[in-house]
Amino acid sequence: MRGPKSFTAEDVVEISCHGGIVPLNRVLKTVLNQGARFAEAGEFSKRAFINGRLDLAQAESIIDLIRSKTEAGAKIAISQLGGKLSKRVSALQSDVLGQLAKIEAIIDFPEDDLPEATLDEMSLCTAELINEINKILESAESGKIYREGLQTIIVGKPNVGKSSLLNALLKEQRAIVTDIPGTTRDVIEEVLNIRGVPLKIMDTAGLRETQDLVEQLGVERTRKFLDQAELILMVVDAITGISEEDKNIIKLIKGKKTIFLINKIDLEARKVTAEEIQEIIDGNPVLEISAKNEIGLDKLEQTILELVLEGKVTAADNILVSNTRHKHALERAAFHLSEVIKGIRDGIPPDLVSIDIKSAWEILGEITGNNVTEDLIDRIFADFCIGK
Amino acid sequence: MKKTLESQINLDIKQLLVEEIIVEQEKVTGVVTQIGAIFTAKAIIVTTGTYLKGRIIIGSVHYPGGPNSQFPAVNLSDSLRKLGLELGRFKTGTPARVDQRSVDFSKMTIQPGDQRVHNFSFISPVKQRDQVPCWLTYTNETTHQIIRDNLHRSPLYAGIIEGIGPRYCPSIEDKVVRFADKLQHQIFIEPEGLDTYEMYVQGMSTSLPPDVQLLMLRSIPGLENVEIMRPGYAIEYDYVVPTQLKPSLECKQIKGLYTAGQINGTSGYEEAAAQGIIAGINAALQVKGKEPFTLKRSEAYIGVLIDDLVTKGTNEPYRLMTARAEYRLLLRQDNADHRLTELGYKIGLVTEERYKKYNIKWDLINKEIERLKSLIIPNNDETANLLIKLDSSELSQPTPAINLVRRPEVGIKDLRQLSIDFTPLQDEIIEEVEIEIKYEGYIKKQLAQVERFEKLEGRKLSEDINYNEIKGLSAEAAQKLARFLPTSIGQASRISGVSPADISVLLIWLEQQRRKTSGGE
Repeated sequence: MRGPKSFTAEDVVEISCHGGIVPLNRVLKTVLNQGARFAEAGEFSKRAFINGRLDLAQAESIIDLIRSKTEAGAKIAISQLGGKLSKRVSALQSDVLGQLAKIEAIIDFPEDDLPEATLDEMSLCTAELINEINKILESAESGKIYREGLQTIIVGKPNVGKSSLLNALLKEQRAIVTDIPGTTRDVIEEVLNIRGVPLKIMDTAGLRETQDLVEQLGVERTRKFLDQAELILMVVDAITGISEEDKNIIKLIKGKKTIFLINKIDLEARKVTAEEIQEIIDGNPVLEISAKNEIGLDKLEQTILELVLEGKVTAADNILVSNTRHKHALERAAFHLSEVIKGIRDGIPPDLVSIDIKSAWEILGEITGNNVTEDLIDRIFADFCIGK
Repeated sequence: MKKTLESQINLDIKQLLVEEIIVEQEKVTGVVTQIGAIFTAKAIIVTTGTYLKGRIIIGSVHYPGGPNSQFPAVNLSDSLRKLGLELGRFKTGTPARVDQRSVDFSKMTIQPGDQRVHNFSFISPVKQRDQVPCWLTYTNETTHQIIRDNLHRSPLYAGIIEGIGPRYCPSIEDKVVRFADKLQHQIFIEPEGLDTYEMYVQGMSTSLPPDVQLLMLRSIPGLENVEIMRPGYAIEYDYVVPTQLKPSLECKQIKGLYTAGQINGTSGYEEAAAQGIIAGINAALQVKGKEPFTLKRSEAYIGVLIDDLVTKGTNEPYRLMTARAEYRLLLRQDNADHRLTELGYKIGLVTEERYKKYNIKWDLINKEIERLKSLIIPNNDETANLLIKLDSSELSQPTPAINLVRRPEVGIKDLRQLSIDFTPLQDEIIEEVEIEIKYEGYIKKQLAQVERFEKLEGRKLSEDINYNEIKGLSAEAAQKLARFLPTSIGQASRISGVSPADISVLLIWLEQQRRKTSGGE
């Protein structure tokens, strides 16, 4: 649409595309790579007003819009930054800052007795930083989970409380989206919503009455079944303790993301503690619950979030924008860091190379909200003994 | 220098201790000196250095005083306070001065001056002067042990010093405590001048008592028999919180009152000189009834310095570092004339002669860049040999010279060896051309950043805006804006606590005002 007949009175291109997150994401990525950027809160209305499209009476409502959108945006940002992504990006940003401080200290204080920063070393460090960004980008693929739900299986020997657990989770959430028969007759699949994360829980329904999971399904079939799972909730009985059956199941699910649940902790005669289980399984979280009395379910939900999403939790309707925005920032940071390596290879002097390091640092700051020059100055003085 | 100043036409020099600044209706009218004499003035520049309520501290001894055994300005500080200015307190220090004849230079490493001398000035020819070297030596574990053993006698650790010192200029006791794992610190022995035996012990700034100073100096190689001529000391002084200033360095509250140098919370030397010239220019412009003169962050380090001071303030003596400048690549020493001559010419500070020279020089530079674009380097044996010698890849076809200059390993001077018709040019021109070509990509990137930056700089904010009445500003932003009274949207955006959303609100508000005053729609 040619200006001035558009909403903002500027030339505008509108792209309509197929529904679904995948094509949207791709289109967005393409335009961003071509140099587009995200609009600020209320930016279109602001432009429309400044370009004379809206009248004075509307100015106030635009201000309100900017305010409320900014505050909503801040809330989303805070909720996203509670977790591990923020920690990793912060750590990354700090490393980039360390590199920058090194160069800056040498440029600003050539006479001082500073540790030598060789260009090779810097190339190497920078390559590592790019590596880390790529790793974070890979883990940012959690979009799939939002689209398709997280494949979760509840396992455990009979009568440990698997069904109670499922029911408790369903009751807690009151968010049953669908109740469809699973891929096999034996399996019932429920989709529920754990703090914004869709969870496709499979309860081994047909096995409820049988004595031995392994026997019933056959080892091969069970493996295949378990292989598809992205998360396993293994329930053990606090009263009977860890039996041979439990140990067999533990063997089967070795290497999978698992949360161990000690159920029935409300009963007096418990035989097993979290510490004991911790010894048999390596590194997976162990929680104590009572499915029947709904004890420990909060903690379970929190653990599911942390474990699977590495803290990257967003309200479902903001996933697209927020993810893409962060992803784009990470990609841009990686680009600037690759320019650093290129610059060093081409013999560009350090004070020019530092421009790209600084850009990378500032871009990462768009995610962490942290990029004031004073931080750099502080870092220089903290890391190096400088001065007359 | 003294004589140069004394010989300046229209400059009268009077030396007296000023005790009070007279202000009538928020405008300066003059000063009262210690002996009661009153000098009237339309504009006043206060440059008190570290003398404003100065206090010297050596070990447990402290007394009111300024550097070089001069009097401190005590009453002036109270006068500024009475005028409503907020003052703070900073500290700085200096090392001992030692007798050159007691130093054994054979145990130190010589640090000669630069081989090639650069001038500050672009017009006067470079003068080769006799150079006097400095000497490098190091502290050691014994020195550090002496310091640690006597820390309780340090006024800094004993709590006698209240002012905040600069991090870039820590005392030796500070370095030893903060960087405990460093086994040695470098010490430069520098001559104080050509006609004195005093030497400055750079790196040993301290406020420890003189007996400890002597002990630690004598533990350093080459200083075993050193004699102290003046002990090192710490000095505390008052400064004016610089966010009370406009970018012209005039106080927001008091017309005609300018402050420059350490009184504005900066460190000495370059920072002080930079503010001195800006305050001087603006005081003169004000008397002439002209608009103030300011430099932007994209134009000069002076712009970075003053914008940082008046927009963000400082919580330690401010030192200008290149890391503070976002457009460092544009703020080079080699193009200082390009950045500033035109501006200086407009306000009458640049003579016709200098202006002409400048124009000729940049004409030559631009012409040479154009010429290198059209000059084709032939693909012959001579070129091939040169490129082999430079470890550069060979040409596959005749190539414009500018493309070769863009290669990191090829210099213009190398190309000038080829038997092609090159115009004779001075070294400084060739250097400049080379920088402009080699780093063009980076320079263009920064210019694009500057363009975005200047858009917001160009949106002026008047001093009498009532920010509390602007609906939609966050409470913090309204409060900060009301306090700092930024002169442009750009400056407003750099105030901590003012968010991009606040800037959007301000832009909308400005447009509202514009439409209202132009009669609305």
